[in-house]
Amino acid sequence: MQKTLKVAVLRFPGTNCEFDTQYAFEKLGHSTELVWHETETLPADIDLVVVPGGFSYGDYLRSGSIARFSPVMKAVTSYANNGGKVLGICNGFQILTEAGLLPGALKRNNNLHFISKHQTLSVINNDNVFLNKCEKGEVLNIPIAHADGNYYIDDEGFKALEANEQILLRYSDKNGEPVVVNGSVTSIAGVCNENKNVFGLMPHPERALEAILGSEDGIRMLKGFEA
Amino acid sequence: MTAVVNVFLKEGVLDPQGKASHHALDSLGFNGVADVRIGKQIIIKLDTDDRAKAETDVKEMCETLLANTVIEDYTIEIN
Repeated sequence: MQKTLKVAVLRFPGTNCEFDTQYAFEKLGHSTELVWHETETLPADIDLVVVPGGFSYGDYLRSGSIARFSPVMKAVTSYANNGGKVLGICNGFQILTEAGLLPGALKRNNNLHFISKHQTLSVINNDNVFLNKCEKGEVLNIPIAHADGNYYIDDEGFKALEANEQILLRYSDKNGEPVVVNGSVTSIAGVCNENKNVFGLMPHPERALEAILGSEDGIRMLKGFEA
Repeated sequence: MTAVVNVFLKEGVLDPQGKASHHALDSLGFNGVADVRIGKQIIIKLDTDDRAKAETDVKEMCETLLANTVIEDYTIEIN
């Protein structure tokens, strides 16, 4: 019997992927609850916090820079520091890096364009709760939609990411060879923290749930949290 | 007092907007441009005449919110 997860989905002014995220987890049989950014405590007994995509605070100053100071982010930080699982998608990834819960930072795409398309990704490390249902080296087809997805980390930080198997996904061609999409360091599309309980990625797995809409590869990613 | 904060991407971090503007200047015939970097300027009016306090406060604002020191450097000018 599959475990039913209780998922908290955060909502900031300007978030716009919260309902897609709820739809995705509910389609997989889980229960979800929207959590407004002014809330100071997370719902009891949750299994996962998702920081969804969008344009919190209009991306003013830097994407995610203002949302990270919301009352709810204090609760998320202590939840994460106690081992709770957190997933940041797109703007959620930006918020988690700004909050210091994930290493690195996300800059403007190298071509300065908002890039919105289906993108193939290769799975780099799957020894974590998020990607455990995907194979290492497997190529997934997941939509991306961002202007600030250009992942930067300094050399020292990059070495640590590699050594600890914190690189989750890279933008790749359909054969799994890395490709330059937005200028990210070594084409990184997603990373996790050292303890492997906080995950961030620019692509949108919650938009890849039905073959008729282009891909259902997102299902296996989100189902990872059932393990 | 007024604090003028300039925030730029660090040296060595590619500045795509600066690079695009550099190309544009080249194609407009402005020769001899070695590098272009684009940042942002934040002007803060402060309710204090105490310069030392202003400097301390603005530095803390930069470290906390105004700059992301993973990728950005900043300068502070107090007038």
